[in-house]
Order: sequence, then structure tokens, then C-alpha cells
Amino acid sequence: MTSPAITSAKPPATKFASRFDRFQVGLLGLAALAVVGTLIYGGYLLTVMQLAMIYGVFCIGLNFFMGYTGQASFGQNAFACIGGYGSAILCVQFGWEPLLALIASMVIAGIFALIIGYPTLRLRGHYLAMATFSLGLITYDISIQWTSVTQGYMGYAGIPPLGIGSFTVDSERWKLVVLAVILGFSFWLSLRMRDSRFGRGLRAISGSENGAAALGVRVPRFKLIAFIVAALYASAAGSLFAHTVGFISPEVYGPQMAVMTFTMLFVGGVGTIVGPIIGAVVTSLLQEVVRGSGHFQDIAYAVVLLATLIYAPKGLSALGALFRRKKEA
Amino acid sequence: MALLKTSELTKRFDGLVANNSIDLEVPEGSLFAVIGPNGAGKTTFFSMVSGFLSSTSGSIEFDGRDITRVPQHEIAAMGLVRTFQLVQLFKGMSVSENVEVGCHLATRGGVAASLLRPAWFRKQELEVRQRAHELLEFVGLSAHADLDAELLPYGQQRLLEVARALASEPKLLLLDEPAAGLNTQETEGLAEIILKINAQGTTVLLIEHDVALVTRIAHRIAVLDFGRKIAEGTPDEIKVHPEVIAAYLGVEEASNA
Repeated sequence: MTSPAITSAKPPATKFASRFDRFQVGLLGLAALAVVGTLIYGGYLLTVMQLAMIYGVFCIGLNFFMGYTGQASFGQNAFACIGGYGSAILCVQFGWEPLLALIASMVIAGIFALIIGYPTLRLRGHYLAMATFSLGLITYDISIQWTSVTQGYMGYAGIPPLGIGSFTVDSERWKLVVLAVILGFSFWLSLRMRDSRFGRGLRAISGSENGAAALGVRVPRFKLIAFIVAALYASAAGSLFAHTVGFISPEVYGPQMAVMTFTMLFVGGVGTIVGPIIGAVVTSLLQEVVRGSGHFQDIAYAVVLLATLIYAPKGLSALGALFRRKKEA
Repeated sequence: MALLKTSELTKRFDGLVANNSIDLEVPEGSLFAVIGPNGAGKTTFFSMVSGFLSSTSGSIEFDGRDITRVPQHEIAAMGLVRTFQLVQLFKGMSVSENVEVGCHLATRGGVAASLLRPAWFRKQELEVRQRAHELLEFVGLSAHADLDAELLPYGQQRLLEVARALASEPKLLLLDEPAAGLNTQETEGLAEIILKINAQGTTVLLIEHDVALVTRIAHRIAVLDFGRKIAEGTPDEIKVHPEVIAAYLGVEEASNA
């Protein structure tokens, strides 16, 4: 690139100085601690944290579309459904390697996202939200009705756990370790995509579509790619669920999944870097905590969520910035 | 040679003729201004030229190519980049990142490159950051590089938008009322920056309300009123042009009312 007669000696700021504040690193540390604590404590909490890791993967992808690009999607569970059933069918019916089934399902989900996204993403705002929500509902219905492939309400049982060759991850503790590593890897990939020409283009779209277009960002194409990225993450999460729990049914990937992941993303912080992970862990643990309150568990859950949205409107991960701004003001 | 040329460019919104057969030639390297009272059709003209609005009839030529029906992103890629009357900053991104987005057209690479990070990509990322820093220094915002762009005062947001547009290395920079809402001092600083940009070889097409500013810095001025071009000439010619004076002081309207 040429620079017209502008001179400067000072090097640009370091990479993470502005993008990754200490507060967020601290939150990530807490999440890691929660995983380690669970590994020591064991028991039922292992399952809770396993699911939190899986939802974390889902939410990282969702954050690309809803957070960075600023588009509404309530139908990403459709792609988790493709991932889950892809894994189940390929492994149970055809005896594939779990890892291979996971990747093959991701490819299928990606192609579906391309075909569905191309016409759908022309919609904006509420219309896009409705269209994606119906996508999730349609997929849910198909997974119930198309019994010859999905076995309907019976679902699939006996889905093998992840592994390579003869080595399989059988114990619940090891499953959590592997899932945590996968979540870390997904997170690392998401960071690389975010801090690049591609990621900046996405975030520019959520900031101002016109502004981004004026600078040559191909807005429809970038939205579509973000949608596909989100679908790939969702599919991976769907497959991971199948391999971790060993059993899937339509209910797993129903509209409830869309609501759940949506909640997680908002609690953690839409568009923040660590928000998806923090939201997944906090929300999963919260559900277990309020379970203790018996009949009132739904109310308690709702109260805590509402409080979060009122006092931390940008999510838990943005609390650090909120405090800083108050101090400066 | 004309870098931008419009011929009989017309835009109708149902019954309203926002732009009526406008002929304009912006010479390469010039600092050209379009002025006119509120509602004269200046922004409509800009939006057609930059591809945000399609024209009803007429043609637009840029850099020797007919761009009348060319999609907006391609026009931007050819080197015609605009700013907006209402600042369109990227919320949630830092000041520096805003300018880095501006480098979009001058760089390449998508998802695969961002994941694999080959050597050329890492080098490009460094250059982008360096370039953003230089441009912020150029408009005097380098001290706020890491600040959330939304938190900048309004006057500086406008400067940031200019820096961002410059990052795409345009041949022709379209500035839509860059001085709107600025105080005298800020306008002064902006004028200096526009002159510097032009001196470095970028052709500038400016829409402005502030006639004093325009007559001071522009080489040539076109005046729009009610969607028509009523005058064109050097600042000195425009200042004494009877129709321009009438349009601005509202002589005809006053007598009609």
C-alpha cells in the first residue's frame, strides 16, 4: 500500500491492548477454574459442564452472525440438528468414525446454510428473525416426521463417543477435558477470524451497513459467510452433543435450543469476545443452582436473567468496560 | 481530463424531480464543490454518483468508464469513495479499527487467509495497523486510537470518517457536508485537512452548506437549486452570480410568497 506523504515514527499499538481487556481475561480464567473444579468434584456437575462446553461452541458461532455482524437468527438450532443427526446416522447406520462423521455433517450443514442463507439474508430485522425462527421450526418438524431417516420421537441411541482409531473418550471426566479443549480451539479460531480483514468487515456491517458498503465491503456476501460460519459451529455443537450424550431425539434440537443459546449469548455479551463462553458456562450453572429452589426454579431463573439484562445490558463480559466508563465520567 | 462526468443525470421520486438533467465535469486533481440550499438535491446527486441510488435517466462516467448501472461496491473498488452527511461510524469498534476497515479495498484475504495467516497476510495486517495510525495522525486523532469510536465528540467523528475514507486510497473522494455541525475552529481544521488531501493528488468532490468555506478552498463550484444546476464557475464568479444570490437570499421566493 502506498501512503501519500504521511510520516510517522511511532509504531501502532499492540494487538491486544484495546481488543481484549483484563476483565475479559479474568472471566475466561474463572470459566477455566469452573471446569477444573468440576473435574475434581465430579458427579452430575460433569454433565452440566460438558453441555456448557458444547453450548459454548454453538454460541461462538452464533456470535459471529448476531454479535459481530449484527443480524438476528433464531434458527441456528436447525444446523445443530443437521450436525447431530448427521453424526448419529453416519455412525450408527454406517459405522463411520465419529470424528469423520462430525466433519462430514459440518460440510452438509455448511452447504445447507449457503442454500438457505442466499435468499433469506435479503431480509432484515424482524423479518429475518421470523424467517430464521421458522427455519428452526421446520427442521424440528422434519426431525419428528421423517421417521425413516430420523426414527422420529424414538431418536437415536448408542452413538459412539469421540475418539481416534481404537482410542475412545469413554470416561465422563475425559469427555469434559476433550470438550474444553475443543471449545478452546473453536475460540482460538474465532479470534483469528475476528481480528482480520474479514472480521473487521463483519463488525463494520453491524456498525453501519451503509458505511461498510461505501468502503467496498460486499455486505450481502459477508452476511452470508457469517451465516455459514455460525452454521458450521452449530453443526459441530450438534455433533458433539450426540457423541457426548450418546442419545439424541428431536427435542434436543428443538426451538428450546434456540431460546437457550440466545439467552446464553445475551447473558455473556453479544458481540464481545469471551461473551459466548461466559454466557454458556454461567447460564448452565445458574440452571443447576436455581433447580434447588423447587417449584420456583423458573421464576428464580427469570429473575436472575432479567437482573442481568437490566444491570449488565451488554452482558457480563462488557461489565469491565461499564465500570471503567463510570469511573471516567 | 474529467475524472467524473455526469450527463443529463436525472432522479425522480414519483412526482418530485430531485435532480433534473445535471451535467457536471470534475477535472482530475481538482477540488470541486457542489453547493445549494436545503433540499436542492445535493445528496441525491451524491448518492447516484456513488451507486447508492439508481438514476432515473442520464449517465455517469468515472475514470473513463460508464458506471451508471455498476453496483455500489464495484464503484467503490474503482476508487470512488464517499462519506455521509449523517456520520456512519462503526459502533462498537475502536477509532483505529474504524480506519482499519477503510483499508478493506486496498487489501485482500478472506476467512481462509485469516485462519491460516500466511506470511503475506501477517505483513498486510501490520501494514493496515500502521496505515491506520498514520491516517489518524494525519487528521489529529492518533491520541484516541484505542477509544470506542462512539465516544468521540461529534467534530472528531467527522474527521474519523474522512480518515476512514482515505484509507481506501480513493481517486475521487466524495465528502457529503463534512462541516455540518462543526464550530468555526473545527471547520478551520477540516478545511486544512481537505486542502492537504487534495494537495496530495486526491480529487475531492465536496457538498457543502457553508458557502464561506467552499468559496475559500474550492477550485470550482456548481450550484444546485430545486434539482437543477443553476450555475458553475470559479468561487469569484459564483459569489457575484445573480441566480446564486437569488437562490440563497430567496429573492424570487420572497416575491412569490
